[in-house]
Amino acid sequence: MPYLLIFLVFWAYPLVRSLLDSFDDSRILGFSFNTTNWTRLFSDPFFLTALKNTLFIMVIQVPVMLALAVGLAVALNSGVLKAKGFYRFAFFAPLVVGTTAYSAIFRLIFNTQYGAVNQGLNAIGIASVDWLNQPGPAMAVIMMAITWRWAGYNAILILAGLQSIGQEVYEAAALDGASKTTTFFRITLPLLRPSILFCLVISVFGTLQLFTEPALITASGPGNATMTLGTYLYQQGFRSFNFGYASAIAYGVAILGAVVSWIQLKVLGGDNT
Amino acid sequence: MTSKAVSQSRPRNAHKSSETLQSILLHILMTLGALLFIAPLYLMLVYATHPDNGIYSGALWFGSEAVNNFKNLQADTNFLKATFNSLMIAVLYTTVSLLFTSMAGFAFTKYEFVGKNFWFGLILATIAIPAFVTIIPQYIMVARDFHLTNTYWAVILPGLANTVGIFYMRQTFQGVHNDLLNAARIDGASEFRVFWQIALPVVRPSLAALAILLFLASWNDYLWPLLVLNNKDAYTIPVALGTLVGLTRVSWGGIMMGTAISTMPFLILFMLAQRHIVAGVAGGSVKG
Repeated sequence: MPYLLIFLVFWAYPLVRSLLDSFDDSRILGFSFNTTNWTRLFSDPFFLTALKNTLFIMVIQVPVMLALAVGLAVALNSGVLKAKGFYRFAFFAPLVVGTTAYSAIFRLIFNTQYGAVNQGLNAIGIASVDWLNQPGPAMAVIMMAITWRWAGYNAILILAGLQSIGQEVYEAAALDGASKTTTFFRITLPLLRPSILFCLVISVFGTLQLFTEPALITASGPGNATMTLGTYLYQQGFRSFNFGYASAIAYGVAILGAVVSWIQLKVLGGDNT
Repeated sequence: MTSKAVSQSRPRNAHKSSETLQSILLHILMTLGALLFIAPLYLMLVYATHPDNGIYSGALWFGSEAVNNFKNLQADTNFLKATFNSLMIAVLYTTVSLLFTSMAGFAFTKYEFVGKNFWFGLILATIAIPAFVTIIPQYIMVARDFHLTNTYWAVILPGLANTVGIFYMRQTFQGVHNDLLNAARIDGASEFRVFWQIALPVVRPSLAALAILLFLASWNDYLWPLLVLNNKDAYTIPVALGTLVGLTRVSWGGIMMGTAISTMPFLILFMLAQRHIVAGVAGGSVKG
């Protein structure tokens, strides 16, 4: 079983090793059990900023994107929509674009002096926004970029869930005289709950590991306004080569992931999952 | 359908016109959204054909500087080598990963062995752990212990422990009937032949979908190659582009040419094989 061997070497072992590293004080040669990395974590203003930014994206961008994805999926599934091929292509095309590629595009089109977005705004009489050099707008660009890339992906998953709902449910609802809105909120959404929950979990995990977009679009800036757990981990681990502390950050991410998933399952999971 | 049943309770004409209005609104909204979504990709293609001053002055239609942009890009990054590296890595990774995940998936569905449930539980459990947790020890192992920095294997090896892929293949093989496999065994086929010549061909569509996803993931991967490749000649396309993006004096036309080259094949493939890719993405999420 070559797979199990690879799995052990490249997954199981690093998992344990990383935990050990997080308790190792790198200033002392050889392994010595120590909690300095962990105590430092909770008083490190940079870590707290990264944490705050990541949670901010999680709380704002993820729900907006999922709502968009549900809307898209319902629209694409609608009987009255013509030219479905075109719409599917438009919304799903970002799916094949790499993070580096679209980060480069977004960095260019949101450039303050010559970016296409500001040129477009000027054309309709709105003043330029200094997108990448102000904390709020920079964060907005990051969130728009992620939404652009992943909304279609989530819409596909939700579309698959939508198509697995039997027609007879809707026929029954129609017989009872339910309006479209009622049908959507009382039947479609609850039946989509497993799909949406799945999207929520993978989006949250994606957000926790966000790296390329803040690294390439805004370079975590201005200041540390768009620094995420991902870019901070990279900075500590691979710029400062502080492996022990970076491991503590990594496990912090994992613990956060576990806690958030647990809350999601508790709040939204119910009996379906 | 819902709408028909609802219409019985309302005057026919009023309903008809409100439905038309809704449909028009839906189309307008979707078209605006679609244009917004395509715009960055369209601009990428347009910019790839313009010199920088054309980009800065707001070009919206294709220019004639494509060749020059490519020359700049090649001069800045040795882009041809990066493309070759990306291709080699993606092909190797996809092939080996398909082989491993399908074999493991097959074993987990069709064989009994010691600790089977334990192993599968362990693999499942790690799906829920962010990849970040293992990245530092993986780096130390690959770069320091195995001395693989700047090699293809440095990029490929850690990704082979693909937990989602094995889960996907297990799901797939569950749809293959044991009768089919047993019939082959009775005919005297070896276990390897049963797997290779009977089971694999049956699941070809799933393999194709997984192959596309693996290839794309490898082709677009940034963080890991960034860590283990530090020599210009070993860079993959994302790493090469990444080094340019942060610079202040840089040929944007060249960068857009690079993103276009790395994206276009997949956009075309996506247009042609939309159904399979979408099915693959959706299939990967199906829960057991």
